[in-house]
Amino acid sequence: MIHVKNLTKKYGKTTALQNVNIRFKKSECIALIGPNGSGKTTLIKSILGLVIPTEGDIFFNGKSVLKEWQYRKEIGYMPQISRFPDNMKVKQLLEMMKNVRKNEDRKLDEDLIQAFGIEDILNKTMHSLSGGTRQKVSACIAFLFSPQVLILDEPTAGLDPLSNEKLKQKIEKEKQKGKLILITSHVLSDLDDVVSQVVYLQESKLVFHKTIAELETSTGEQKLNRIIASIMKESQLINENAGV
Amino acid sequence: MKNIIKYIILDLLRNKIIIGYTVFLFILSASIFNLGADSSKGILSLLNIVLIFLPLVSIIFSTIYLYNSSEFIELMLTQPLKRRTILLSEFAGVSAAMLLAVFIGVGIPVIIFDGSNAGWWLIIASLFLTIIFIALAFYASIATRDKSKGIGISILLWFYFALIYDGLVLFFLFSFSDYPLEKPMIALCALNPIDLARIAILLKLDISALMGYTGAVFQDFFGSSEGVVFVICALMLWAVLPCWRAFALFNKKDM
Repeated sequence: MIHVKNLTKKYGKTTALQNVNIRFKKSECIALIGPNGSGKTTLIKSILGLVIPTEGDIFFNGKSVLKEWQYRKEIGYMPQISRFPDNMKVKQLLEMMKNVRKNEDRKLDEDLIQAFGIEDILNKTMHSLSGGTRQKVSACIAFLFSPQVLILDEPTAGLDPLSNEKLKQKIEKEKQKGKLILITSHVLSDLDDVVSQVVYLQESKLVFHKTIAELETSTGEQKLNRIIASIMKESQLINENAGV
Repeated sequence: MKNIIKYIILDLLRNKIIIGYTVFLFILSASIFNLGADSSKGILSLLNIVLIFLPLVSIIFSTIYLYNSSEFIELMLTQPLKRRTILLSEFAGVSAAMLLAVFIGVGIPVIIFDGSNAGWWLIIASLFLTIIFIALAFYASIATRDKSKGIGISILLWFYFALIYDGLVLFFLFSFSDYPLEKPMIALCALNPIDLARIAILLKLDISALMGYTGAVFQDFFGSSEGVVFVICALMLWAVLPCWRAFALFNKKDM
C-alpha cells in the first residue's frame, strides 16, 4: 500500500534518513521504533508530504506522492504535539474539518468522539484545554474520516491510562477492518497487544523490519519492550566488539 | 478555502490583541481630531502615528500569529488540500481581521471628523501598509524556522523601512547635493512603502508649498493622474512581491 523507495532526507549537513526502503501492506499495525533522532518522525512526515525528500520516492497505492495532495484523503494523522488556534471552539474545529472535506462524501467515524466524551467540551475554546485533551481532539480528527491508513506519532504520550486503553481498542478495531496503522512510540508496553510488526530505525538507517512472531523466536522474549531491549543490547555489544 | 478563512477570521476576531488594537486606534484617532478645530492638522498628526505604528503592529502580530499557528498549519497540510490553499487562507484570514481593525480604528474616525481628499488617502495608505507588512511578516516567518529569529527579522524589517531607509536617503542627498536629484528621489521613494504613503498624503495636504523645489516636482508628478496610478501600483507591488516569495518558499518548505 505504501512503498518507500531509496528515501534519503538531509537537513543541511545532517542526514535524517539514509536510503530507506520499506513496504507497508493492508491490515498491518506497524510500530516505528528507534532512539531519539533516528528519523522516525521524518519518515512519517515524508509519507504525509510535510517533508520533501532529498532523494528517492514514496508510492501510495502505486502512485508517487511527490507534489500530490489528493492521496491524503486516505490518511489520518495524529501529530506528536497538537495546537489549534486559541479562540477556536472544539465544535468549530470539527465543523471546519467536516466542511473542508464535505465534497468527498465519506462515512464519518465518530466512535472516538463518543469514547473520549468530546461532546461535553464542544463549546470550550482550544486554549482552555489541557495538552492531553487536545491530543484526544487530535485523535478524533485522525479517525474521523475513516481513512485507509492511520499514522499516529507518539499517540499515547499525553493520554491518561483509561483514554489510552480506549485508543488501543479503537486501533485494534480498525486493524480488523483491514487498515494500515503506523505508530511511533517510546512507551513500548503501550503497544504490546496491537502491534504486528516492528520497524527499527537507528542513526537514520533502517535496521530491520520484522513481524512480532519472528522477533519472539529470535530473541526468546515475549514482551515488546524486552524484545527491543535485547536487540539494543546486542547491537551495543557488536559496536563494542568492533571497537566503536 | 472559504471555510478555512471563515474559521481563521472567527478565531482572530476574538483575539484580545486585535480587539485591543482596534479600540486603541479608535480612541487615538477620535481624540486627535477632537484636540483641535482644524481637521487637516488632525490628519497630519494621525499620519505620523499611522506610518510608524501600523506597520509595527501588523508585522509583529502576523509573525507571532503565524509561528503560533505552525502546528495547526501542519495539521491542515495533512488534509487533502494544496499547500497554496492553506497559506492563502491564513493570509486572507489575518489580512481581513487586521484590515477590519484598521478600518474601524482609523477609517471610521477619519470619515466622521474629516472626510477630505487627504483623509481618504490616509485610509487607503493605512490599509495598504497593513497588507504590505503582513506580507513581509509572512515572508520572514516562512523563511526562518526559529521563532525568535523570525521575530528579530520582522523587527529589523520594520526598523529599516521606518527609520534606517530615511537616513540612507538623507545621506545620499547630501553626498550628491550638487546634482539635480528630484527625479531619482521619486524612484527612491518607491523603494519604501512608508515613504510612498507619506508623500502621497502630504501632497494632498497643501503643505507641499513649504517643501521648496523638490515639493513642486513631487506635486507635479504625484499630483497627476499618472502619479496616482504609479503610487497605487507601487504599493500593490509591495504587497504582492513578498507574498509571491513567501508562497514559493512555502511550497518547498519542510514542516
